[in-house]
Amino acid sequence: MVERTPILNILTHLILLTGLIMLLVPLWIVFVASTHDFRTVNTVPMTLWPGNQMIENYTLAWNQSGFGPKMLNSFIVAIGVTAGKIAIAAISAFSIVYFNYRFRSLFFWLIFITLMLPLEVRIVPTYAVAANVLRPYQEIADFVGISSLLNTVAGIRLALPEWSMLNSYTGLILPLIATATGTFLYRQFYLTVPDELAEAAKMDGAGPLRFFWDVLLPLSKTNMAALGTIMFVYAWNQYLWPLLIVTDITNYGTAVMQLQRIVPGPLFGEPPRWHIAMAGTLMVMTPPLLVVIFMQRWFVRGLVSTDK
Amino acid sequence: MARIDIRDVTKFYGKTQVVHGVDFTINDGEFVVILGPSGCGKSTLLRMIAGLEEISGGTIAIAGDVVNDREPRERGCAMVFQNYALYPHMSVAENIAYGLKVAGVPKAERLVRVQAVAKTVGLDEFLERKPGQLSGGQRQRVAMARAMIKEPKVFLFDEPLSNLDAKLRVQMRIEIRKLHQRLKATSVFVTHDQVEAMTLADRLVVMNKGVIEQIGAPKDVYDRPASVFVAAFIGAPGLNLLPATISSDGHSLALADGQLLGIETARYPALKPGPVTLGLRAEALNIRPDRQAARQGSLKAVFDFAEELGVGQHIHADIAGSPVVIHVDGRHPYSSGDRLSIGVSPRDLQLFDSMTGLRIAEVDAPVPSMTHEHLFALDALA
Repeated sequence: MVERTPILNILTHLILLTGLIMLLVPLWIVFVASTHDFRTVNTVPMTLWPGNQMIENYTLAWNQSGFGPKMLNSFIVAIGVTAGKIAIAAISAFSIVYFNYRFRSLFFWLIFITLMLPLEVRIVPTYAVAANVLRPYQEIADFVGISSLLNTVAGIRLALPEWSMLNSYTGLILPLIATATGTFLYRQFYLTVPDELAEAAKMDGAGPLRFFWDVLLPLSKTNMAALGTIMFVYAWNQYLWPLLIVTDITNYGTAVMQLQRIVPGPLFGEPPRWHIAMAGTLMVMTPPLLVVIFMQRWFVRGLVSTDK
Repeated sequence: MARIDIRDVTKFYGKTQVVHGVDFTINDGEFVVILGPSGCGKSTLLRMIAGLEEISGGTIAIAGDVVNDREPRERGCAMVFQNYALYPHMSVAENIAYGLKVAGVPKAERLVRVQAVAKTVGLDEFLERKPGQLSGGQRQRVAMARAMIKEPKVFLFDEPLSNLDAKLRVQMRIEIRKLHQRLKATSVFVTHDQVEAMTLADRLVVMNKGVIEQIGAPKDVYDRPASVFVAAFIGAPGLNLLPATISSDGHSLALADGQLLGIETARYPALKPGPVTLGLRAEALNIRPDRQAARQGSLKAVFDFAEELGVGQHIHADIAGSPVVIHVDGRHPYSSGDRLSIGVSPRDLQLFDSMTGLRIAEVDAPVPSMTHEHLFALDALA
């Protein structure tokens, strides 16, 4: 199609440019703030040109806030959540697409509607379960009368052991790995895989899991990359959940939690040292940014279409 | 190698029945083609043999074992799919060897066998490529090699040639035929293409709406179709079918416009006066010079148009209000509306019951043989 609309073209570009500037200016201010000393940052109006305190600010932020171990924690959590999400999504979508059982679509829709529920909605019950994983089972046993039955018949008091996930990597990772988005993405991908492929594998003697491992997973590589990128960023940026579940900050605190402690907080005290906070922010932002940049090519391909 | 016994097999999808009691035997080493229009249940039947589809009723036995409750891998069948169903992320060699890998065959042996099979189908130079880098014909060969390497008891082909272009289809058809001559494995081939069916089959099974219409050697099915459906489906073009009425003395037959044709009464002991369907092969008709128009055994026709075949022409004409195709070897200079006189021998008349569509039984019928020209004509149309 040939279009000759120079005025419209200029207008579209102007709109795009405005959007870009609106997105970049706050980031620029963060950067500028992280390069000045305490006094300049707090003058009104603030200068919009970088200063000369950059190296000092960044070294100070890194050294005093202990980002090293925190970032390591963040990496462990983000990678754990990402891997868990991909595994769960791939296998549950596999079940929904390739097996025929009762209430199959009901299960799919149950998973699907959780897309609409943010973590915050279920955070209190999730916390309760994380604090004592076996408690729901104990409650069920008590409620339906298994406990009292055991007590009267065998004289045993049913008391399931207490298993707390607070202050552990398991607690930081496990409650976050269920993913409706991922399951949906994988389901859509499986639907594009021709049925004959599954049948050919059957004729070749491969069972369902063999087919899943040998054929579906390798075929879903781009899909995996897209999901992995989104989920890495999501997990890295988790704030509320780690804040709730981790009280032992020295051992299990994440980088994003640590940011909250810089201003105004126990690390640098009062008055708030914004230039250090901004330097910290930029440092914490870097890993997800790098992941997105490196995965960009795969990411787009995985979301747009399947590899032909 | 194995015999397949299909006994009264039915298939339901929910309440819809798609296969109605199919019953026949495929002999050891035989090449059977199941032919029918789309939706006739032929693929379903094949998939039931393969184990990809559950059998709702009846039994299927391979080499004497009833396989109804067996997994596909336990049945000893290999299948070639219509769209090849190659694993896109594996190389040609990996595709071919996958079945062996699953079966736990050691790598060294796999390599040797892949080499051998690849050589037979002419793929040895392409083993490292991915299916996406191959042409349609090559992909088809990979699919065949993948089936062959397992040395199955039974080969199943599910319309394997329908995604190829016409020329390649003819070539692959010949290759499949040669392969079968060499391996002598029991083969079941499903297709809707009657030329493919005629040229490949030892025995032809014609299906319609989940029922077998006719089983027989391709030549017999062509020469003596058991029903109007088979008559119209087999051959290119299919049998010309015209409504007609048998006179009360049973010696002649009247077309819709009153033209009469004599019939050899003795051939049809069960023939009763009344309406029938008359079947005429395009090759059994010939155009006579005008002056013989009045002779017995001639039909008046009006020329409509001619289709050029290269080896001859298909003359489309109208006899007694019904469209008729006549195969001629030469070229004919008629123009639309010209009157023709069509010669037909009484022994080429095929009669069908107009109610049931079934062939009216003949005795001692001297069957007109199918000549080489006709086979070529079929090929040319493919």
